[in-house]
Amino acid sequence: MRRSRWPFVLTLAVLFFFYLPILILIVNSFNVSRFESGWQGFSLMWYKRLFHEPEIWRAAKNSLLIAAGATAVSLVIGTTAAIALHRFARSRLQRFHFGLVYTPLVVPEILMGISLLMLFVAAGVELGLLTIFLAHVTFCVSFVAMTVLARLQDFDESIVEAARDLGAGWWETTRRVLLPMLLPGLVAGGLLAFTLSIDDFVITFFVAGPGSTTLPIRVYSMIKHGSPPLINALSTILLVLTFTAVAASQRLSRSRRKGPQ
Amino acid sequence: MRRASRRKFREILISLPSLFWLSLFFIVPTLFVFAIALKPANPFGGIGAGWTWANFRSLANPNSLTVAWRTLWISVVSAAVCIVLAVPIGYYLARVSARWKGVFLMLIIVPFWTNFLIRIFAWKVLLHPEGAVKKGLAFLGLVGSQTSLLYNAGAVVLVTVYTFLPFTILPIYAAAEKFDFQLLEAARDLGARRFQAFIKVFLPGIRRGLVTALLFVFIPALGSYVIPDIVGGPGGEMIGNKIAQRVFVDRSLPQASALSVVLILSVLAPLLAVLVLQRKREKSGSLLSVNR
Repeated sequence: MRRSRWPFVLTLAVLFFFYLPILILIVNSFNVSRFESGWQGFSLMWYKRLFHEPEIWRAAKNSLLIAAGATAVSLVIGTTAAIALHRFARSRLQRFHFGLVYTPLVVPEILMGISLLMLFVAAGVELGLLTIFLAHVTFCVSFVAMTVLARLQDFDESIVEAARDLGAGWWETTRRVLLPMLLPGLVAGGLLAFTLSIDDFVITFFVAGPGSTTLPIRVYSMIKHGSPPLINALSTILLVLTFTAVAASQRLSRSRRKGPQ
Repeated sequence: MRRASRRKFREILISLPSLFWLSLFFIVPTLFVFAIALKPANPFGGIGAGWTWANFRSLANPNSLTVAWRTLWISVVSAAVCIVLAVPIGYYLARVSARWKGVFLMLIIVPFWTNFLIRIFAWKVLLHPEGAVKKGLAFLGLVGSQTSLLYNAGAVVLVTVYTFLPFTILPIYAAAEKFDFQLLEAARDLGARRFQAFIKVFLPGIRRGLVTALLFVFIPALGSYVIPDIVGGPGGEMIGNKIAQRVFVDRSLPQASALSVVLILSVLAPLLAVLVLQRKREKSGSLLSVNR
C-alpha cells in the first residue's frame, strides 16, 4: 500500500514553524540594528552591553540560589512521596496522596501563583526570595515524585528483599541498595526541578516582592520596557547554556548505560 | 495485628513530608482563594472584615462576559488547531523508521528547552510591523500595510499553538506507537478509502492519546496569562490577564480571588468530564470499545 506523503510534508513544515522564531532571534542578537529592520552588519556589541548590566547578574544569582535550594528540598520531599506511593500503593491514604501530588501538575500556573499569594498575604509573610523558594519547592515536588515513581515502578523489588535476607538492616538496605538503584531517577528528577525552577515566570511573578528579581522576571521587564537586542543576546546565551547542559546530561546517561552494570 | 499497625506507622511517616508540604502550600492556599473571594476589599489593598457576595456580583457585567467568552474560544480554537496538526505528525512519527523517529522527536523537543518568555518574545519580534513575517506577507500581498499581526486574539492563538504543540504531538505519538497499523490495511482491503480508514479506524484507536493531548493544551490555555499579556493587547485579553490586573493594578485581592474561583471551576469541568466518560467506558466493558 502506498502511503500518503503529506504527513511527512506537514512534519517538516511544523519543524520549520518551531525553529523559525528562535533562529531569527539568534541572528538578530548579532545584528548592529537596534530595531529588527533588516541586517545592518555583524556585531558583538549587544553581548558587551549585557556584561555592563548589573541587574541581570543579580537576577541570575537569585535564580541560581533559589533553583539550588528548591531542587534540594523538593528532591527529599518528592522522593519520600514516591517511595510512599510505590510501597503502599493500594492503601486509601496513598490514593488521596496520589491525587494531592498529581493535581498541581494539571492546575494552570496562574492559579498556583494567585493561591500562594493569598496564603502569604493572609499569613503576613513578607514577599521576597523566601516566598519564591517556598512556591518553587511546591511545584517541583510533584515533578520529582512522578519522575522517581516511574523509576521505582520498573525496578526489581526482589533485590531489596535479597539484601534483607542477607542480613542488611533498614539503613544499610536504603543506603547501599535502594539509593544507588534510584540514582538515575534522582538525577533526572533533580535536573527537571532545577530547570523548572530556573525557568519559572508566572508563579514567581505573583509571589515575588520588591528587590527579589529572578532572571525570568528580569527578562519579562526587559520585554515590556527594555531594548530587544539585549534580550536577543541574553536569550542566545541562555540557549547555549541549556543546550550544553542537556547534551552533557545525555552523554552522561548514555555512557552510564553502556558501562558495566 | 501489631505488624499491620507498624506498617501503617511507617506508611504515615514516609508520606508525612509531602502530605504536610502540599497540604500547607497547595490545599490551604486554594481554600484561601475561595474564602477571600467572599471577603470585601479594604481601601489599602488588603482584605476587609465580614462576608459578601459583591465580588461575584461585580463579575456579571458585559466586559467580563466578553473576556470569559474570548478565553473559552481562544482555548478551544488553539486546542483544535494543535490536534489537527499533531495527529498527522504523530501518525508519521509512529510509521517512520526507528532512526528517523529519534531524529524527529529530538528536533521537536529541542526548541522547547528555551525559556517560555523568550519564545513568546521571539514571536513578538516576528509579528512586529517591522518583523519578518509581516514583511513577507505584505510582500506577497497577503496583508495590507495597515494590518496589524500583533496585539489581537489571532496572535494569541498562534503563539498558544506554538507553545503547546509539542505537548500534543508527544501523547498522540505515544498512542499511535501502540496502534496496530494492520487494522488500517484491513479496513482498506474491506473497501474503505484511505481518509475513511484514517477517521474511522485510526482516530478511535488513539482515543486515549487524543484526550490527553486535548487536556494538555486546553487547560493551560484557559489559564493563559503571559501569552496574551505580551502579544494579545486589549483585544486579546483573557481571564488570566484580568486576575493579574486585579492583583497588580487595582490591588483588589478579593476580586482577583473571585475571578480565580471562576477559572478553577472552568478547569475542573473538562477534567471531571473526562473522568466520568472514562469510568462509563470501563463499566460498559471492553467489548464495546472494540466494536466501535
